Amino acid sequence: MIEARGLSKRFGNVVAVDDLSFDVRPGAVTGFLGPNGSGKSTTMRMIMGLDSPLSGTVTVLGRRYHDLPWPLREVGGLLEAKAIHPGRSARAHLLTLARSNAIPRGRVDEVLELVGLTSVAGRRVGKFSLGMGQRLGIAAALLGDPSVLLFDEPVNGLDPEGIRWVRTLCKELAGEGRTVFVSSHLMAEMALTADHLVVIGKGKLIAETSVADFVAGSSRQSVKVRTPALVQLSDAVTNAGGTVITDRDGSMTVTGLSAPEVGDLAASIGVALHELTPVASLEDAFMELTDEAVEFRGGS
Amino acid sequence: MTAALEAPAPFENPPPPGRVGLRRAISAEWTKLWSVRSTTWTLVATGVAVVGLSALSTGTVSSSDIIGDPTARSLVGIFLGQLVFGVLGVLVMSAEYGTGTIRATLSAVPRRPVVLAAKILVFGAVAVVVSEILAFAAFWLGQALLSAKHSLGSSAAITQHAHQLGVRVPHNIQALLSTGSASLGQPGVVRAVVGAGLYLAVLGLLALGLATIIRHTAGAISAFVGIVLVLPLIVQALPTSISNAVARYLPANIGRVLFSTHGVPDSIGPAFSPWTGFALLVAYTLVVLGLGCWILVHRDA
Repeated sequence: MIEARGLSKRFGNVVAVDDLSFDVRPGAVTGFLGPNGSGKSTTMRMIMGLDSPLSGTVTVLGRRYHDLPWPLREVGGLLEAKAIHPGRSARAHLLTLARSNAIPRGRVDEVLELVGLTSVAGRRVGKFSLGMGQRLGIAAALLGDPSVLLFDEPVNGLDPEGIRWVRTLCKELAGEGRTVFVSSHLMAEMALTADHLVVIGKGKLIAETSVADFVAGSSRQSVKVRTPALVQLSDAVTNAGGTVITDRDGSMTVTGLSAPEVGDLAASIGVALHELTPVASLEDAFMELTDEAVEFRGGS
Repeated sequence: MTAALEAPAPFENPPPPGRVGLRRAISAEWTKLWSVRSTTWTLVATGVAVVGLSALSTGTVSSSDIIGDPTARSLVGIFLGQLVFGVLGVLVMSAEYGTGTIRATLSAVPRRPVVLAAKILVFGAVAVVVSEILAFAAFWLGQALLSAKHSLGSSAAITQHAHQLGVRVPHNIQALLSTGSASLGQPGVVRAVVGAGLYLAVLGLLALGLATIIRHTAGAISAFVGIVLVLPLIVQALPTSISNAVARYLPANIGRVLFSTHGVPDSIGPAFSPWTGFALLVAYTLVVLGLGCWILVHRDA
């Protein structure tokens, strides 16, 4: 159980987290979703007591992180891949953590086995790939068999197999009744992993809901259209107040008009349609919700 | 790399009573210190600097040279050793920030003063033991080399020389000149050798404190080198009235007084007594570590 109440954090003049309140409950995977730079990592760091909030509080299992008697036995965090001394072996890194929280040495080998790093346990971390670093970070998080797990962008740098592994692991951990809080900037990834969502943008809470409700509540739909008269139809759509994106495969994606409206429009100007498919993607729902709250927008 | 997918193994180990404290933190820091190769390398490099320079400076003496202070001569390597040791002290803390390990460290031991205390105790203990071994090794090796060169001893050589010139050397001067090599039984020698080791260890902790404040390897090493090496050069270039007032406060000069068995080196001017100076050096280190602790607690990791 994680409870954030009125969390705020500023770096200089930049408001990173703005009056953020949410709950993360046990027994489910809760996705922490937001564009890059929206304050997810800062929030995670505040949960783990690494950054102190400007105002507000966050507790884990009813206590501030600082007051947990054996923190690694209650909270496991993966905050940054490969934030480990490159000259230290994977086993030595886990051993230092185990020592500090009175975790038996044998547990180090157990978690190495669990994440599939047994064969490279003695190798220096500097030689690890990003994916191996992520696995080691996950091993460190699982070391104390904690009931609360925080994973900040855990699939970054993983191959498809690794991504599927993390996804299944998160669900397994939640299935055992643990609290699992996973951040991502990818809506599609969250849709596959999470049960609940905490969505933020520019440090503010945008939605706290189940994945199903989040998608259902999305009003914006796009329509995928194929037509031999691309230019003609796209002009007509634009004149009717819609937006057209021409895709590489020669189809176009229309937003702002519904599928029947596009069909009627095509009929009225005498243009044939080869395809007319309404699309409601999670990505769209996410984009819509965070639209006003995106701090950095790409040029494309 | 295929990971067997299964639930984490049951973990039948109820936590001990109490909470994460200094003892566990020390155990973790000890493992951490020895699990990177740079620790061993840096200690070996310090040994080479301290003992090797001692051998070089004493082994190259010719039999007619008069050694003013054989103890200090054999400890000259401390001045190079302090730089290498300083780097090690810096790395104990700055490597945590440079690599991001600090976040793992602080999530395992959230009470930050406990983390710093564990680092100070672990590194301090290793530093004292290693630096005392090195100081004594440098002293004994140096004196062995000097006494091999000066089988007569410098006072005997001078007396002989004076005799040939028909000059009588008063007994009190002979005693002052002593022999060409020192032994632990002579006045001030034990203090100089023990002091050299302590000086090295305290400078290592000073470096650790600077790194806790600065959090950056290159920056902390620069600050350390500035304080230990550059400040004395600047002070020396100042008018005597100023340098006489300031020089005695500099860590490097405190060290030189501490290693000297023949009074204060001229270039320092008025100086504190060896142990007063050392107490001052310890006080500097405590202030720097205290400031570092405050910053560690109050700034985001």
